[in-house]
Amino acid sequence: MSIWVDANTRVLCQGFTGHHGTFHSEQALAYGTRLVGGVTPGKGGTTHLGLPVFDTVADARRATGATASSIYVPPKFAAAAILEAAEAGIELVVTITEGIPVLDMVKVMQRLRGSRTRLVGPNCPGIITPGGTPGGTPGGCKIGIMPGYIHKPGRVGVVSRSGTLTYEAVWQLMCRNLGQSTCVGIGGDPVNGTNFIDVLAAFNADPETEAVVLIGEIGGTAEERAAEYIQSQMKKPVVGFIAGATAPPGRRMGHAGAIISGGKGTARDKIAALERAGVAVTPSPSRIGETMEEVLKHAGLLAGARG
Amino acid sequence: MKIHEFQAKTELARFGVAVPPGRECTSADAAAAVYRELGTPVCVVKAQIHAGGRGKAGGVKLVRSAEEAKSAAAAILGKTLKTHQTGPDGQLVRRLWVEEGSAIEKEYYLGIALDREKGLPVLMASSEGGMEIEEVAAEHPEKILRAAFDPSKGLEPSEAKRLAKGIGIPAALETRAVAFMTALATAYAELDCSLAEINPLVTTKDGKVLALDAKINVDDNAAFRHPEWAELRDLHEEDEKEIEASKHDLSYIALDGSIGCMVNGAGLAMATMDVIQLYGGTPANFLDVGGGATKEKVTAAFKILLSDEKVEGVLVNIFGGIMKCDVIAEGVIAAVREVSLPVPLVVRLEGTNVEKGKELLDESGLALTTATSLDDAASKVCAAVERARKARR
Repeated sequence: MSIWVDANTRVLCQGFTGHHGTFHSEQALAYGTRLVGGVTPGKGGTTHLGLPVFDTVADARRATGATASSIYVPPKFAAAAILEAAEAGIELVVTITEGIPVLDMVKVMQRLRGSRTRLVGPNCPGIITPGGTPGGTPGGCKIGIMPGYIHKPGRVGVVSRSGTLTYEAVWQLMCRNLGQSTCVGIGGDPVNGTNFIDVLAAFNADPETEAVVLIGEIGGTAEERAAEYIQSQMKKPVVGFIAGATAPPGRRMGHAGAIISGGKGTARDKIAALERAGVAVTPSPSRIGETMEEVLKHAGLLAGARG
Repeated sequence: MKIHEFQAKTELARFGVAVPPGRECTSADAAAAVYRELGTPVCVVKAQIHAGGRGKAGGVKLVRSAEEAKSAAAAILGKTLKTHQTGPDGQLVRRLWVEEGSAIEKEYYLGIALDREKGLPVLMASSEGGMEIEEVAAEHPEKILRAAFDPSKGLEPSEAKRLAKGIGIPAALETRAVAFMTALATAYAELDCSLAEINPLVTTKDGKVLALDAKINVDDNAAFRHPEWAELRDLHEEDEKEIEASKHDLSYIALDGSIGCMVNGAGLAMATMDVIQLYGGTPANFLDVGGGATKEKVTAAFKILLSDEKVEGVLVNIFGGIMKCDVIAEGVIAAVREVSLPVPLVVRLEGTNVEKGKELLDESGLALTTATSLDDAASKVCAAVERARKARR
């Protein structure tokens, strides 16, 4: 089991024939993702990587039955691409694009209200449900830019605002033989489609997920909200790390969302909130795997998580 | 990106936000000429730097004649202002804004920022003008009224009216206050602001509602639809190393510590800074080389790191995902050969082609240390810096 995507998920790529779309589609196909086609306006009717190209998402959906889409279009066109996917009835829209204007995302989220489309991202590594064996034989679904080979199937869920820091965490889990149910990058932007609570709730309901790694960073109050959810609802152990304890106030640390303003959004507040909710927060990003191993052991879940 | 007060006022005025008339100038004589041109008995000469707290630091002066305008301008221009927002080195004043003095009746606060939980911009209004909004929020949270708005629709006049009444704008000026707030909300959306702050907003004895000060930050991601921003950018207000970094598409922020770091990915870069601190060191910078770092980019990054005199050691932490470790190793080797490294260097590579990468580093013959984990890397670089310090003593 897993959340939101699995080996049967039919996936489209928007921005398919571009540089990034091409490279990551090749990687996804190599991993075993059921990529069924792509969208590039003006190139409908052609083929790319052996798959059909369509002018619109609606055409692509009708022809392929895709339910998920990955977006690699440039920031200027990304908001329109997300809305096009939602209007075509795509259920899961994973937006990798970094650098979308914040007010574009505000408008997108207003339009998506009440829609049944889930947006993951933008500015995120994507979502992966690891496949049968490391290296990516069929059985998995990789939508995004994460390196597939560092993952393997298992029972730890991962949710994160950061890209490479997620790979770091997954790598540490792998070094301890702890596979993952699904890893979700929710993205580093201040306005995003899916928040920690959405993912935590899905992991909570997923019988195959035994425990969760939550990686947050400074800025906003999403981690504090997540802590409230964990305290009141979460049935599974959570290991946490918050990046940015040393970041100076008021400066944007790479991610547009990673800024501490007005005394809100500090690492200290987030760590305190998570600890109060019973999360095992590690002070060092290199002890995420180790901490998860200890937590699973303590909960009597280690053997199961390795099974 | 931050812009100057005079630029913010000029931009806001285009959307019908009421601001006092004024002119930008860069010399004392020009300030005197602006005083004469404005033709009002009282003018204000204001230093233009990207920081608040200018008044307390002596960067704002009331003048009552052209001579006074000239001498005030002469005193402020070329002065280094130190405020709570400039950092300890202060900021040199190169430009002034001279505007009509206003007969202030009362001061208020207005600000628009993004409410991340709602996913909408929110207008905040308070009767406590002139105070930092953070202080008001901490001491009198009940005195801040809020109205979220959809940027495609603008701020509802009824919402603006609620706020105007709520902060005690006199009934006779309510219409003007509502017009001010709705214009400010439109400007925020159209100018792709990430912050628009009017502190203070004032009502005047002659019945006006005016922006006495104005602060705007714009969203860099929207630069593609604002070609005019190129002119608004003031490179004097930015760190030289940060300007150099932006030319190479590197995300760099200068900090005060002694260990330079070069990392791929923003989250991992922050985490690397944190782990350096955990081992007793202090990070000299945040530097994200991004997902597609080339040899050229790595070399540029090294040069920027080493141009910081405070740097006593360098930590390279790369998790090769899409980016391959051997390519990074080649970049590091080439960069070190080119810049000749004066300080200890610790490299931690993990991920794709890591063995090949480590082999290249080991065979390079360069004086660098490899590390197996982030903890290992941080402890090694902190220890190396300590050793070098002792050796110097």
